[in-house]
Amino acid sequence: MILHGYLPAIVGGLKSTLSVAALSLLVACVFGLLGAAAKLPESRVAHWIADIYTTLIRGVPELLLMLLLFYGGQITINNLADRQGWGYIDINPFMAGVLVLGFIFGAYLTETFRAAILAIPRGQIEAGHAYGLRPLQVFSRIVLPQMIRHAIPGFANNWLIMVKATALVSIIGLDDMVHRASLAASATREPFTFYATIAVIYLAITTVSLVGLHLVQKRYSLGVRKVDF
Amino acid sequence: MQDAPEKLRADNIRKRFGAVEVLKGISLSARAGDVTAMIGASGSGKSTMLRCLNLLERPNEGRIIVAGEELKLTPNTSGELMASDPKQLQRIRARLSMVFQQFNLWAHMTALENVIEAPIRVLGLSRPDAVARAERYLERVGVAHRKAAYPAHMSGGEQQRVAIARALAMEPEVMLFDEPTSALDPELVGEVLRVMRSLAEEGRTMIVVTHEMSFAREVANKVVFLHGGLIEEQGVAREVLSNPQTERLKGFLARTLG
Repeated sequence: MILHGYLPAIVGGLKSTLSVAALSLLVACVFGLLGAAAKLPESRVAHWIADIYTTLIRGVPELLLMLLLFYGGQITINNLADRQGWGYIDINPFMAGVLVLGFIFGAYLTETFRAAILAIPRGQIEAGHAYGLRPLQVFSRIVLPQMIRHAIPGFANNWLIMVKATALVSIIGLDDMVHRASLAASATREPFTFYATIAVIYLAITTVSLVGLHLVQKRYSLGVRKVDF
Repeated sequence: MQDAPEKLRADNIRKRFGAVEVLKGISLSARAGDVTAMIGASGSGKSTMLRCLNLLERPNEGRIIVAGEELKLTPNTSGELMASDPKQLQRIRARLSMVFQQFNLWAHMTALENVIEAPIRVLGLSRPDAVARAERYLERVGVAHRKAAYPAHMSGGEQQRVAIARALAMEPEVMLFDEPTSALDPELVGEVLRVMRSLAEEGRTMIVVTHEMSFAREVANKVVFLHGGLIEEQGVAREVLSNPQTERLKGFLARTLG
């Protein structure tokens, strides 16, 4: 039998892996856009906070951050719960994984998005204001569509690293593909078979992603030179 | 044109960049149909003055009145005047459309999309109405055949003419031109100047910052000569340019005419 009958279990784990990755990406985009907005020259305090965020997060290994944030968060929440008399709260590893990964990769996306905004000629934004567009319209009609093109190469890299980083979430107890493969590996004593299998699955996810991102890139490069990645 | 209604008035505009005062109290007035050429050496403050009129630069002092409506201004913490009512600012900006030296067309939109954008989003036109209007003005400036092209695929002269169509499509009270031919190759300057001349002939109110003395002489009815952040000399274009009174304008004209 293929993989001693463990294939359905592993494919089941794939679902957690993909949903953690997809939701973390959403969270990371929110943090990234907020961070990039804070780093535009409008506000000094916001810039300062965003600088601390990106420096700290990008300077510490992801695994370590995940453990720090997960256990730190757990302790903080339970201290709070104790004081309020709520009893013990067990943090859901899925939600925790999504938030922590999103928070970490938001720091990388902050820099990606910031560079993408700066790549848009200032005069085009000025023209938007000069014609009476509201600031939000300038952002959604002029900045965002052009920034996507410049952001895609950096965004693609971040997505690839993030898909792979979901493997770390198994450490804080998420029942993902890696977790299931390691269970199967120890039960059958064939670690290579199972780890090689999920390696191929990761490779398939990242390859499909790259193809998809190239299509998006094409869509947003109408009328301009392509930014390669 | 003494009796024509006043379209734009700016009173005593002052602007500082740090310790440097680039505008030291400049007043301008444009009546309907006036074509005002603002001339002066680089650094005389003429572009800054133009950009203060629609608040792309925030002046430190002064008043701006567009077609009888005064722009409400309040000072911010660094002593610059900001619009106190963002809605009013957008409404007034929509009535003062600007043509830039670097064209500043939106690179991800075709010529047509560039022209319909603000009429739809700011003036609230329906898409078919905006398209009809845009096609009329693209035709007017002679680039209707390029309406599906992106800015990167057009020549500088075509881009600037699309930018002029974009300004016309707002059907503004006053058109502001910020050195519209300075970024063009010499052989493309003529096509843009021809369009501007024909706009002047149909009675549009224009304020043009320019280095083209022939344009100032032949098309403008008023000339304002700036020097060191002040108006050094102004008046009827033909008279001022053919018979300058100040030494500075005499010197400036001698240098620019070569």
